[in-house]
Amino acid sequence: MSRTIDAVVSPTQTNTIPADISGQMLDLDEDDDLEVFSKDLTLADGNMFNASMPTSPGSMVNQCKFEEDEESDSKDIFITVDNPESHVTAIETFITYRVLTKTTRSEFDNSEYEVRRRYQDFLWLKGKLEDAHSTLIVHPLPEKFVVKGMVERFNGDFIETRRKALHKFLNRIADHPILSCSEDFKVFLSAQAWELTTYKKQGPGFLSRMGETVRAVANSVRGVKNRPEEFTAIQEYVEDFSNKIGSLDKVTQRIVKEQKEYLEELKEYGPTYTLWSGSEEELAEQLKGVAGCIERCCKETEEQVGHLSDTLVPVLHEYVLCAETLKAVLRRRDNIQAEFEAKNEALATKKVDRDALKEEIDKLEDRVEWANNALKGDWGRWQRSMRGDLKSAFLSTAEKNVDYYEKCLAVWETFLLSQRTEPSEETDRDNTP
Amino acid sequence: MLSVYQVYLLPGNSVYCGSTISPSQIPLYTKCILRLKVILIFYSLQGRTLILKDIKSHESLSLVCITQLERRMADAGNKESAPIGGDEFTNTELENNKNNTMVEEGSTLLRRMEISVAEAEKRTGKNTVNMQEIFTVYLIETRPIDAITEGHNPAPDSLWRRYSEFEILRNYLLVTYPFIVVPPLPEKRAEFVWHKLSADNMDPDFVERRRVGLENFLLRVASHSVLSNDKILYHFLTEEHRWKEVVYETGFQAKADSRIKALSATFRVKNPDKRFTEMKHYSDELQSLTSQLLRVRARVADRLYGVYKVHGNYGRVFSEWSALEKEMGDGLQSAGHHMDAYAASVDDMLEEEEHYADQLKEYLFYAEALRAVCRKHELTQYELETASSDLISKKQQREELATGMVRTFSFKGMTNKLFGQETPEQREAKLSLLEEQIVQGEETVTEKTVECEEYVKGAWVDMQRFKEQKDRDLREALIGYAVMQISMCKKGIQVWTNAKECFHKM
Repeated sequence: MSRTIDAVVSPTQTNTIPADISGQMLDLDEDDDLEVFSKDLTLADGNMFNASMPTSPGSMVNQCKFEEDEESDSKDIFITVDNPESHVTAIETFITYRVLTKTTRSEFDNSEYEVRRRYQDFLWLKGKLEDAHSTLIVHPLPEKFVVKGMVERFNGDFIETRRKALHKFLNRIADHPILSCSEDFKVFLSAQAWELTTYKKQGPGFLSRMGETVRAVANSVRGVKNRPEEFTAIQEYVEDFSNKIGSLDKVTQRIVKEQKEYLEELKEYGPTYTLWSGSEEELAEQLKGVAGCIERCCKETEEQVGHLSDTLVPVLHEYVLCAETLKAVLRRRDNIQAEFEAKNEALATKKVDRDALKEEIDKLEDRVEWANNALKGDWGRWQRSMRGDLKSAFLSTAEKNVDYYEKCLAVWETFLLSQRTEPSEETDRDNTP
Repeated sequence: MLSVYQVYLLPGNSVYCGSTISPSQIPLYTKCILRLKVILIFYSLQGRTLILKDIKSHESLSLVCITQLERRMADAGNKESAPIGGDEFTNTELENNKNNTMVEEGSTLLRRMEISVAEAEKRTGKNTVNMQEIFTVYLIETRPIDAITEGHNPAPDSLWRRYSEFEILRNYLLVTYPFIVVPPLPEKRAEFVWHKLSADNMDPDFVERRRVGLENFLLRVASHSVLSNDKILYHFLTEEHRWKEVVYETGFQAKADSRIKALSATFRVKNPDKRFTEMKHYSDELQSLTSQLLRVRARVADRLYGVYKVHGNYGRVFSEWSALEKEMGDGLQSAGHHMDAYAASVDDMLEEEEHYADQLKEYLFYAEALRAVCRKHELTQYELETASSDLISKKQQREELATGMVRTFSFKGMTNKLFGQETPEQREAKLSLLEEQIVQGEETVTEKTVECEEYVKGAWVDMQRFKEQKDRDLREALIGYAVMQISMCKKGIQVWTNAKECFHKM
């Protein structure tokens, strides 16, 4: 591959429209880039673009604008996931979630859709997106079930946590310039249950999927020979990041656990003062005062733990999953390159139909090129999201902790104030310098 | 005796106690809690001068002459009576001491002598079974107050004492002054321990807290209107050698009431003073309530420790992670430092809370002393009742003998009926014996009545004193606890605000 992309993925970039993506989308002079989108994409597999969907650079530009962080004025699609409901059939019980979509995008027939989806459907969508865009970074789904202990699929907290994660998942896809154009995505948002079932049955059959998998496995065994430096760098980063985020996840969960245990003890602590106050005369009020303070601090602690569980824990967990996703993406990229390399070598050594092979090799080479670009582009995007998400989660946690201590401070200061107006100390008050 | 003072703090926001007092002389309750503009200072009234200095500028912030204040407080609130004349610590018999239940103004030992337990040291020696052992000794320093206030600064007299010697002293006081709620010693073994605290008696933190507790014990005893006059106490503080012989010579061990006697009295006494019965119930409650509180507090401390320390892991991981990130690196790195600081801050906070726990523990142990006073009352009352009923029964016997009427059933009466009556000589002998016994019995009853009344009077006074002291001390302790919580919250606010700033930079 002779061509190099001008805008190399660099973590120091902070511009709103990063050169990497825009290099691919806006740079209309380079035909190769344009080609990426108008080419027959059977190589990349499947149903990425519907024929009826405009693929002109103009619409790409619009979509590209979604790169800008925290922009909601240019958003033209709003998705919410809510209202979990339990369904009981003869065979199984499962939960569905309401998926509400409001959009002004022209590829949608209506401006509003309301459908019910179950976790399996989300899994299907994710699979389709990954198949279609093997080197794009698809935001992770919440896990199938809680690993340790019982399968608590119907536990209220679990459902709520999952709901939030599913909500985030869909919105991330909606924000993604390429993924949000996916036909599968559109169908997911708009089709009624039976329509979706029918739709799911289409597409590459079981056997061709098997073929893909076999190839992938074969390639991964073979390994890639000339991985570009930048991807090695990304891989190393992902390894380290995965470790760190895993540690953070564990530490945070441990903090939640310790804080909950602290809260349990604290709940028993206040009553010991109240109990004591029953036996005292002069001290009774004071003891009750202290008991009251402790009780109020209990409430604040409960809130603080809740906030931690709702805000920081899920985000860290998401990024633990993200790290795995990234590893998979890198692997897939490697496989694509490996496949190309294998065929390339075969060209040199085997006595086969060279013309046919050459044609195949060209296609594979383009595929590699395209995969690399997609990944590079998405990589910068992902890094920015990651920074934004983690920064805001930690910020929120720090703010909540400050708030927690401020509230407890107020509780104890009020108590202290009530004590300092006691008359027995009056005689000494005058002795200030 | 404690007070709360309000001092307005100038720019510097730290305070330490100046060099006129060695830090070791600041007992258990003394704390300088800092922040912003108002400090609450707790200290023990000791007849000496406390100077507070700004830690940065070393300027004196306030000069408080405690002796003056002491006088003021005494005027304001104490139950006073005319001082009993005479020199308090010259040879007074133990019996006199016992009867000396009046509160004397300006007469306690502490007003004449500065006492402190300055240091602790390890020693090795042979114990009673000739085995090598390691034990801790405590340095008791004393100085006459006159010399200090006159401006001289004499070196203190000092001697070393072991914990067991303090125990002997206390047992002596318990036996000699049963009507006094005798201040307790710090705990013999560490209890209510949470995981970080060592249960080891040799642990330096435990030794330090014990040193403070022993000093507190001495200060309490030396400021008690009755106990402070005791000769043995004075000896304990001033004569290193031969003290043990002297105290044993008093024979106090023989005078101790047997437990069985005391227990039996509790169950069989008919008319104890109701106030004492109530006080005994209270002492039971105080003991169980403070004990429960201390147990839960220790568990809470343990958990809190865990929470803070886990945050230290954030420090480590942030630091490692910051090496990976270009943009977020700085923010993460500094946030990590704050997390480390947060984790480290809990050690000091919980150390301070241990002092609070010690204050409560003192009253846990005081409860037992209180109960002992009530029990002694029951014993004296029981002895009185026994003596009275003995007397009554003797009188009845005399009446029976004299009149020949048998009122009550007795074997004697039966055998008399069966085997014939005794001779007139025998009866005479019996009668005169009875008369003697009755006379003695009446004396005993009178003695016991007086003993009982005096005991009740003395004990009631001291129990009232104790109650007031307890209310004051515990009130201070609770305020101190609130101040500690406030300090903890403020530190938390600071750390997380700093962390927030760092996260902003990410």
